[in-house]
Amino acid sequence: MEGVGLNDYLLVGAVLFVAGVVCMATKRNAIGVLMGVELVLNGANVNFVAFAHYTSLGLDGQIVSLFVIVLAAAEAAVALAIALNFYNNHLTIDVDKANDLQG
Amino acid sequence: MSFETLTQEIDCTRETLKWLLTVAWLLPLFGFVVEVFGGYWGDRKCKYASYFAVFCIASGFICSSAAMIVWQDKTEWGERSAASSGHGAVAHAAAEHTEAVGNHEYQMPTSFTGSFYSLGKFGDLEVSLDYYIDSLTLVMFVMVTLIATCIHLFAIGYMRDELTDDYVDHQVHTSDGGHFHRPGRFYRFFSYMSLFSFSMLGLVLAGNIFQVFIFWELVGICSYLLIGFYVERKSASTAANKAFIMNRVGDFGFLIGLMVLWTYFGTFSFVTVDQTGQSDGGLFYMVRGHDGELQVDEEANAVTLHTNSEVPQQIPYYLLVVAGLGIFAGCIGKSAQFPLQTWLPDAMEGPTPVSALVHSATMVAAGVYLAGRFFPMFTPEVLLTIAYVGCITLFLAATIAVVATDIKRVLAYSTISQLGYMMLGIGVFGWGAGLFHLITHAFFKSLMFLASGSVIVGCHHEQEMPKMGGLWRKMPVTAFTMLIGVIAISGLAIPGSQLLFGEILAFSGFHSKDAIVASAMTFVSVNPVHFLLYIVPLVTAGITAFYMFRLWFYTFVGEPRDKEIHDHAQESPWIMILPLIVLSVFAAGVAVGGESGQLFKLLGDSEPIGVAAGTTDAGMIGLNLPGHAAIHQHHASAGVQALLVAFAGAVIAFLFYGARVVDPAEIKRNLGGLHNFLVEKWRFDELYDVMFVRPVHVIAAGCTWFDRTIIDGVLHGTVKIAIWMSGWHRRFDEGIVDGLVNLVGNSTFAFGRSLRVFQTGQLRQYIMFIAVGVLTLFVLLFIAFPK
Repeated sequence: MEGVGLNDYLLVGAVLFVAGVVCMATKRNAIGVLMGVELVLNGANVNFVAFAHYTSLGLDGQIVSLFVIVLAAAEAAVALAIALNFYNNHLTIDVDKANDLQG
Repeated sequence: MSFETLTQEIDCTRETLKWLLTVAWLLPLFGFVVEVFGGYWGDRKCKYASYFAVFCIASGFICSSAAMIVWQDKTEWGERSAASSGHGAVAHAAAEHTEAVGNHEYQMPTSFTGSFYSLGKFGDLEVSLDYYIDSLTLVMFVMVTLIATCIHLFAIGYMRDELTDDYVDHQVHTSDGGHFHRPGRFYRFFSYMSLFSFSMLGLVLAGNIFQVFIFWELVGICSYLLIGFYVERKSASTAANKAFIMNRVGDFGFLIGLMVLWTYFGTFSFVTVDQTGQSDGGLFYMVRGHDGELQVDEEANAVTLHTNSEVPQQIPYYLLVVAGLGIFAGCIGKSAQFPLQTWLPDAMEGPTPVSALVHSATMVAAGVYLAGRFFPMFTPEVLLTIAYVGCITLFLAATIAVVATDIKRVLAYSTISQLGYMMLGIGVFGWGAGLFHLITHAFFKSLMFLASGSVIVGCHHEQEMPKMGGLWRKMPVTAFTMLIGVIAISGLAIPGSQLLFGEILAFSGFHSKDAIVASAMTFVSVNPVHFLLYIVPLVTAGITAFYMFRLWFYTFVGEPRDKEIHDHAQESPWIMILPLIVLSVFAAGVAVGGESGQLFKLLGDSEPIGVAAGTTDAGMIGLNLPGHAAIHQHHASAGVQALLVAFAGAVIAFLFYGARVVDPAEIKRNLGGLHNFLVEKWRFDELYDVMFVRPVHVIAAGCTWFDRTIIDGVLHGTVKIAIWMSGWHRRFDEGIVDGLVNLVGNSTFAFGRSLRVFQTGQLRQYIMFIAVGVLTLFVLLFIAFPK
């Protein structure tokens, strides 16, 4: 066993990404969708860190990951506020009901 | 007297005269402003406007008289002119003046000039308000202010009907059959009169020909306003228009004259003088120099001008004639000379004081005044024209006056005739005689007009003489003063009185008319070709006496022809009688002494250089112009002839209308054609109608046709084509341009509509779209760029 290589990390990232996308696409609960978003972001973070580690990029990937984590936290705060507001107005957080902008 | 003292003395006199006359000139303007505003806001029933107007003009008279006394004092009461231009003496003032300065003798200049205010400068030409004061100016000032004062006083009485809020004009009928009602216009009358006085005095004081033109137009507009005073009367407004338009015809010539002068002389000033009163520039000096001779350059056919510059300046001879004729054309219009005489009789539509002041004594005399003032500029050809125009006018107007029955119209025609005499006098080189008659005529004609005004008021605005008669019992003062005027204008004298009293006893008209006839006689004796210039005025002197006595007999003696009018007739109030008496004194005595009297001597001071000597074979037509000595030789015989003719006229009038020995009606029947011809005023109005009015109508009709058919046709055709074109344009616009625009819009709209189906509003679907889209992109990238 040669240990863990870049491809393994990429595989984990891809799995996380796909799981997140599937989560976003299937969950009707807004909180579930947010969770899917987090999974997608973290799948990307894994890729950043892996590429930074296995190539000569230095610490760039890690720094970008840190930014992504911060942005994800901010995004989650905003999204939760939207969800709360939506609940206050519609007494539900089912995203299928949030179709007011339908063309 | 040293040179310095002399110039100091001259400066002092100039300033005194200038300020006295300026005050006299501007006071009526002040009066005008006050009366216009005060009257407009004031009570229609109060007389303050008239009092103020009288105050202004009377103060003017006092100032003018003071100026006259100053002048007379400085010129030793006419002794100087007697010495310098006495009969046969040929010394001229300028040369004598130089001599006088050399000898340290006291000698005043004959004129004072200067400038009040510069209006503007156009290249070399400066237009300014100047003054030109000589004895003629002073005489005119005193005459105008004195007569105007009398007439203002008279008008207070004459215009009293206007002192009301509800004036009924009986000569204007409204559509409902009643008379026209309006507020009284007492103040307006007096403000116009003040404005007129101001304009007339300005005209006389003017120091350059352009300023004369300004005031010329101002008196014109005053005349227009006063003729049209009863503006609601059709006849009055038409007469005002006629007067104004006729004067425009003359003023057109005036303007042409001004243009010629401007072009060739570069100045409008009459004369400019240096410190000692020696002329050194201006129109008169440039043409005549110091000796009064025209310097005609035979080869170039031009007149050499006197200038201070080294470069010789010339004006073509014919243009000098044109300038003279142009200025004289203005005089023709203003003085109602042939062929523009028709406006003056119609001007009698104005109130009688206006006729007395404006249309007999002063304004119409302005034409004669200008002809006299501008005399040095006239070439012999122009003088001959002036003489003939005057000659035609005086005969023409006198014949019409014989048949006129309206008392004011008789006087109007007699005014035209007398103005003709003045023009004739000036034209035949009797400069002094013409202006002498101007002054004497002003007094006796204003007197007669006021007397006729008194008659008209006394007869309750009846002007037709056939309805009067026997009025002397009712209004003795009017009749008596009128008789003085009639005798004065007729030129009657007491024959043989010179043997008893040393000089002939006569009223003013005799002396001045005598002077004119003598000048004419002398002129004819040296130019026998122009014999008509003597025969016609001599005969007309008889006609004048005839129609004036006819007027007097018709009005004041005999049986009353209209009982009602006679019964209601009454003498006018004292305010109207007083001016009559004052004027009759002047009409009788203003020319005392004849040609050796004060007035004539005073006028002689202003006589243009060279008139006293006379010239022979002058101008292009070789005219002989007689001097004083020659005229004096003919004086006695001319006087006798004129007197005989005048007596004949007066006696015939007495036989016709006083004693009734001959019945005028029978003569009227026998000479019906001639009578009608005269009653229709020689058919001049009809002639002008045919010559000018109808052709204008025909041309206007042609123009109308051209306008209506050709120009309108072209316009309408163009419009139709434009409408047809725009129809096609509209189709193109609506079909193609709009279609394209709509197509773009519609297709964009349809595309947008088709994209709506993707906007489902389902969050999960959007995510699916993103995922599938990203996947598709990757697949496509791999296909497009395989390793």
